[in-house]
Amino acid sequence: MSEQIEQALARKYEAGFVSNIESETFAVGLDEEVIRRISTMKNEPEWMLQWRLKAYESWLKMEEPEWAHLHYPKIDYQSISYYSAPKSMKDKPKSLDEVDPELLRTYEKLGIPLHEQQMLAGVAVDAVFDSVSVVTTFREKLEEAGVIFCPISEAVHKYPELVKKYLGTVVPRSDNYFAALNSAVFTDGSFVYIPKGVRCPMELSTYFRINEQNTGQFERTLIVADEGSHVSYLEGCTAPQRDENQLHAAVVELVAMDNAKIKYSTVQNWYPGDEEGKGGIYNFVTKRGICHNNAHISWTQVETGSAITWKYPSCVLKGDNSVGEFYSVALTRGRQQADTGTKMIHLGKNTKSTIISKGISAGRSNNAYRGLVQMGPNSDGARNFTQCDSLLIGDQCGAHTFPYIESRNPSAIVEHEATTSKVSDEQLFLCQQRGLDAEKAVSMIVNGFCKEVFKELPMEFAVEAGKLLEISLEGSVG
Amino acid sequence: MLKIKNLHASVEDKTIIKGLDLNIKPGEVHAIMGPNGAGKSTLGYVLSGREGYEVSEGSVEFKGQDLLEMDIEERAREGLFLAFQYPVEIPGVSNMEFMKESVNAMRKKQGLEPLTAAEFLKKAKEACKQVNLPLDFLKRGVNEGFSGGEKKRNEIMQMILLEPKLCILDESDSGLDIDALQVVANGVNSQRSPERSFIVVTHYQRLLDYIKPDFVHILADGKIVKSGDASLALEVEKAGYAWLGDKSKEAGA
Ligand SMILES: Nc1ncnc2c1ncn2[C@@H]1O[C@H](COP(=O)(O)OP(=O)(O)OP(=O)(O)O)[C@@H](O)[C@H]1O
Ligand SMILES: [Mg+2]
Repeated sequence: MSEQIEQALARKYEAGFVSNIESETFAVGLDEEVIRRISTMKNEPEWMLQWRLKAYESWLKMEEPEWAHLHYPKIDYQSISYYSAPKSMKDKPKSLDEVDPELLRTYEKLGIPLHEQQMLAGVAVDAVFDSVSVVTTFREKLEEAGVIFCPISEAVHKYPELVKKYLGTVVPRSDNYFAALNSAVFTDGSFVYIPKGVRCPMELSTYFRINEQNTGQFERTLIVADEGSHVSYLEGCTAPQRDENQLHAAVVELVAMDNAKIKYSTVQNWYPGDEEGKGGIYNFVTKRGICHNNAHISWTQVETGSAITWKYPSCVLKGDNSVGEFYSVALTRGRQQADTGTKMIHLGKNTKSTIISKGISAGRSNNAYRGLVQMGPNSDGARNFTQCDSLLIGDQCGAHTFPYIESRNPSAIVEHEATTSKVSDEQLFLCQQRGLDAEKAVSMIVNGFCKEVFKELPMEFAVEAGKLLEISLEGSVG
Repeated sequence: MLKIKNLHASVEDKTIIKGLDLNIKPGEVHAIMGPNGAGKSTLGYVLSGREGYEVSEGSVEFKGQDLLEMDIEERAREGLFLAFQYPVEIPGVSNMEFMKESVNAMRKKQGLEPLTAAEFLKKAKEACKQVNLPLDFLKRGVNEGFSGGEKKRNEIMQMILLEPKLCILDESDSGLDIDALQVVANGVNSQRSPERSFIVVTHYQRLLDYIKPDFVHILADGKIVKSGDASLALEVEKAGYAWLGDKSKEAGA
């Protein structure tokens, strides 16, 4: 493979800086006492603490899963700190003016200005820094529409009935090893509730930033779209460049009631580690949504970061005529490993799902698609279409596809298409002969390959995602 | 415009170009003919700088500069254009997007502002009409699912848009029906100017009825074995290349 492609791939990680912020961080280690302390820090009601403790109990009995196509040293859960918060956040700043300017600067550097007047019009942001939410913008404007958008730690206090009613209903506490861990120690994340018939007036987005060393981030997001409502939500994430691996184990639950629609987009850019595979985030995430009658959930993800990605955003299509979609771009390079895909569980009649997965592997990375399409006995007339494409750049990387199909209904139709292609020397030569440099050529070819997924992203972010890929593929000088 | 002196070049350690000389002045059209495997496409690749094509001897001067010193994209930006014998597909990248990027890469080199989407669209539509391709070809992926003839016309469209100085057309006529042949020829003729030169690689005299060459060269076994005017092409058409048999052996010895 041509040298030029290799050069074009020598990536720099632009979000890799460390913010100098005084934090209160728990000593490393995990036991019941740590969970009680997290709960105390968050000033939680007793029911929440009990919920955590039950999760912890199940976690202790569980085994870390080993079925994924991933290789990494055993994680030592006692060497991680489970809570870290900027000291300045201790007495809850009332307004943006009271927020530590260094925190605001961090987000600004990441391209997420938190001053409303500087922000993308039409996007509300919840900024989560290590274990706490720093600020949530445009809350008043959203409240006028009846939309609740706040840190989940706050929702536990302000909307306990809603939280109790839905938390853990889509991803049960003991769903899997990482979900159980998250349920025990989650620190912050976003809570969204869209009332009946309301079309959320702006894009909602949460930006996760890990800053502190040796801390894990365990965020929890819960989005409830009541009957006939609509919401589009975007999640972004970055972390400093560090030599140690850091653990990120999130849980996201979506509830789409009858006729509701949730569009959930992720642009994941956690630190991927260096060329040799040193450092980087271990990303073990459980994301699942449940669709009631005629509801629609659409997952779109652009995954470029993390040393390890273990992630399967899924839809439980419980209601009749409900629709699930999964559009994914996963790019791995260097020594990155990704095992990602989706599960579409068709329970209701005439349920439909679409899976478009684009895996791009470069360097010495490994990229696996793992998808399950399950047609339940009552899923009369259900349909799935899966398209799974892999693009290889160079000849030292790997692409793998693990599609699982389980059909218990003869009237259900499942279609699967898969392709593997390479960025060829001919393509590169054509681009260069037309005056484009190798970098531009590779990013254009990769962008073309991802087109079907990018067009699913909210407009503001489609451009961002394209740029992110470009940066990810960019050759830094020297 | 182009001065090739005693060029020797190899691919995968196999010497293909074996001492080739060629002189092209601005505004001239040179046709190159020759048997399959003679090295015609290779010459185009060597001139455009394709990786894997090693020059072991000789020199090439392009607009007074040492061509062999330049990267592929530099050569392109200096105005060297190659219309491919077998254009490759780039799925998902629209023709429009691709050509806009490349036109703007050329403009940047000339110190011009990039064209806006609207300005470019206008030009692209004209070029599209000129080669008789429906406008939706601008939206389709580069060469994606194009027929053989459509790919060739698409190459000519790119040439029209890029306004190069030296155009190397590698069998832009093969696989074309009579009408398409005329379209391609007209496209080329419309671009002829005192500042622009052409190397037209072809197997058929027929193309040269439409594109009148100033010179015709026969390339065999890596060098030019005979040069003449347009009548040489007619000779070839009648006699084929059998007469070369002994000649190229002599040269090889
Ligand atoms: N990558 C390669 N490896 C080995 N041999 C090659 C390679 N590329 C070209 N050749 C050889 O070089 C010779 C010249 O090829 P070239 O494509 O230049 O011929 P051509 O004159 O364009 O022929 P045609 O009229 O068939 O298009 C051929 O014998 C071909 O097999
Ligand atoms: Mg050829």
